[in-house]
Amino acid sequence: MSWALLIAQIQFLPDQASKMAGRVDLLFIYLIAITGTVTLAVAGVTLFFLAKYRRNAAADRSPPASSSLPVEITWSVIPLVIFIALFGFGAKIYFRESVDPRDALEVHVIGKQWMWKLEHLQGKREINELHVPLDQTVKLVMTSQDVIHSFFLPSFRIKEDVLPGRYTTQWFTPQKVGTFPIFCAQYCGTNHALMIGQVVVLDAADFAAWLRTGRETASVAQRGEQLFHSLGCSGCHSPQAAVRAPLLEGLYGSRVPLTDGRIVNADMRYIRDCILLPKTEIVSGFDPVMPSFQDRVSEDELFALITYIKSIGSPQPEVTVPDR
Amino acid sequence: MPPVLQIIDLKDSQATRSYLTKQTLRSWLLTTDHKRVGLLYLYTIIVFFAVAASAAAVMRLNLLTPRGDLVQAETYNKLFTMHGVLMVWFFLIPSIPSVLGNFLLPLMLGARDLAFPKLNLLSWYIFVFGGGIALYALLIGGVDTGWTFYTPYSSTYSNSHVALMAAGVFVAGFSSILTGLNFIVTTHKLRAPGLTWFRLRLFVWSLYATSVILVLATPVLAMTLTLMALERIWKVGVFDPALGGDPLLFQHLFWFYSHPAVYIMILPGMGVVSELIAAFSRKRVFGYTFVAFSSLAIALLGFLVWGHHMFVSSQSVFAGVIFSFLSFLVAIPSAIKVFNWTATLYRGSISLDTPMLYAIGFIGLFTIGGMTGLFLATLAVDVHVHDTYFVIAHFHYIMVGGMVMAFMGGLHFWWPKISGRMYPELLGKMTAIVTFLGFNLTFFPQFILGYLGMPRRYHAYPEQFQVYNVLSTAGASILGLGYVLPLCYLIWSCCYGKPAGNNPWGAKGFEWETTSPPPSENFEKPPVQTEEAYAYPVPSSEPITE
Repeated sequence: MSWALLIAQIQFLPDQASKMAGRVDLLFIYLIAITGTVTLAVAGVTLFFLAKYRRNAAADRSPPASSSLPVEITWSVIPLVIFIALFGFGAKIYFRESVDPRDALEVHVIGKQWMWKLEHLQGKREINELHVPLDQTVKLVMTSQDVIHSFFLPSFRIKEDVLPGRYTTQWFTPQKVGTFPIFCAQYCGTNHALMIGQVVVLDAADFAAWLRTGRETASVAQRGEQLFHSLGCSGCHSPQAAVRAPLLEGLYGSRVPLTDGRIVNADMRYIRDCILLPKTEIVSGFDPVMPSFQDRVSEDELFALITYIKSIGSPQPEVTVPDR
Repeated sequence: MPPVLQIIDLKDSQATRSYLTKQTLRSWLLTTDHKRVGLLYLYTIIVFFAVAASAAAVMRLNLLTPRGDLVQAETYNKLFTMHGVLMVWFFLIPSIPSVLGNFLLPLMLGARDLAFPKLNLLSWYIFVFGGGIALYALLIGGVDTGWTFYTPYSSTYSNSHVALMAAGVFVAGFSSILTGLNFIVTTHKLRAPGLTWFRLRLFVWSLYATSVILVLATPVLAMTLTLMALERIWKVGVFDPALGGDPLLFQHLFWFYSHPAVYIMILPGMGVVSELIAAFSRKRVFGYTFVAFSSLAIALLGFLVWGHHMFVSSQSVFAGVIFSFLSFLVAIPSAIKVFNWTATLYRGSISLDTPMLYAIGFIGLFTIGGMTGLFLATLAVDVHVHDTYFVIAHFHYIMVGGMVMAFMGGLHFWWPKISGRMYPELLGKMTAIVTFLGFNLTFFPQFILGYLGMPRRYHAYPEQFQVYNVLSTAGASILGLGYVLPLCYLIWSCCYGKPAGNNPWGAKGFEWETTSPPPSENFEKPPVQTEEAYAYPVPSSEPITE
């Protein structure tokens, strides 16, 4: 009885908190079934031969062929077919995970040694905790302010590295109320093992109530607008400005022609680089006069500025270029 | 070779003395005898193995409790770095090639020595020098980056002796390159009369494939570590985005070397296992040409799969898909080998001596390691288990369950040739079984831990992971016994083992035709190959009792 209790406590699969988790588990179970069968078959045949042809046993030892092309082809092609099927199954889910979700709740994640800083667009900020509503797809836009980290949500079977100097994204749709672990999966220094936290999945009403707790905060876009003025961006990037600079209304998601003839998508990466490395991608028809804001804006200020620029009009449907 | 030494050698051979007869420090440190250089490597890598294994032992003890009570986080990080760096570059990579390969390649080819005997000794000195730098880096405080040296942590943020450790690995790399070069030239130029390419032993084929990787991949590692050190010391922006670099570039370069290096760490083991299976089944390995070419296929395809270490690194989806597919492809030649080994047993005359037990253990563990490799090649599953204990378990099944089992099997198999003495057989068999069981208990629970989500390189962990960690630590203590025992009884056998005779296993091959231990010049008269490799006579269908 006590044994049964003990075994009942032992876990083999982590919590399944989303449909994606179920899909990955199913593939995992297929893999176990296929590889398990082959492994047991090889072990069985090996042990059978070891027993049957042991030196002190009588057995038919008339020499078989020492090589056979059909046999070699058979046991190369059958695994190949199985492998292609497994590859396809894995790639299909991977594609699904990589497509930018529609109507997602965007959350900004900043990794730093050794904590996770999270920010909801509405303005609420958290550390090592992420509150999300049930059944609502959440898109994490992530960056690091120091070394490489990795935002790992085992209950949702997803992870993606969090890199300094660029944005990476991943998304999940929580389908179970509860708390689920966050781990940093990429070794990031001394307290790597303490860079953990939890996702708290609440139903819609509880989430709305949670959003109202704490003091009132400006939204990320509003903070971005304030920064846009206080950093002096509006001094040039406005219709009234004396300096001729591109106007940013409707910039996000558009295609921008550059002086070197390239045309780039104005995504988060582009806007970030324009702020930090303004000399690298000059908009066609403009002079390279913008100063770099490297070391003058922090990662969360960058998020705020980009969110503000995103908020001031998106002329055409967003061209989805996954940041991966 | 200086004339004085030549005269000594001549005298040795006249008295049919073995390569071990002259026992002065000078004769060892200035030897150009490939067999002695092989033994020098053996002694050296045993030291590195002991240090690296001790680090693992402390880590396993620390992980007995969720809070990691035994050592501090920083110490733990230095321990796993030390374990990884020493095991990969100072034990696994030189293990079979530099010890058994050095000892056996000229013997198997019917040659007097390697093509460049002095270069061979030089590679050992370079190896010791590199290892010395690495050990010095450990003594003065260690390194905490992990063996992978990921930037920008290694190049900018770590406050440990990263550049010094990188220098040690850099230097040791030259030893790899020189050994690889030496093996390639030797295989081309010094084969005995009649020993055509398709009469070569499969161990020679696998060493050849390994050497190709050593020569082609190691320079990339040297460049990568140099760039990393330049960034660390002189702030040359290559990898750190704060300096205008790209952190992923490091990963691409590092894995372009390190994935082929994984095959450096398994191909020679596959070669040894082919030898063991043939010798203890009294049969030619089934599908000889397929086994031989699969080594080359692995060596070549191994260069095209590095991106599977980067499925969650933000590399493009397209790259992920390509690398996933190629990773499945590289599994085919490995599967071919396993199937051929199994088929070799059919209608053989099998004796389960210690080396054969290790070989069977190898097939079992390597199969599990290879199969779980498929899980990691599968994109969506890798996204979940990447950087977790699943990966740790997988590569230990290949590196330890595969390579170390093969190394132990090979060491037992050729020990009579190396030392001229037999080891205690019963103890040997027991040790092989203990190692197999201890290994599985150590690493199998880690697959489950990994799927449950426990990330690697964690000094402390949430409580729900404790059960499997305790099992793993228990297994490690058994596994440790499996490594200490052979060290004791093999040393014992040097003095007290019963004399082996030329060919205690009744195996085929040039090395079994000469005396045990062989004379300095290997053969009384140069051998000639007149038949296929493994041309065993048809075994009797009647039982043979020994």
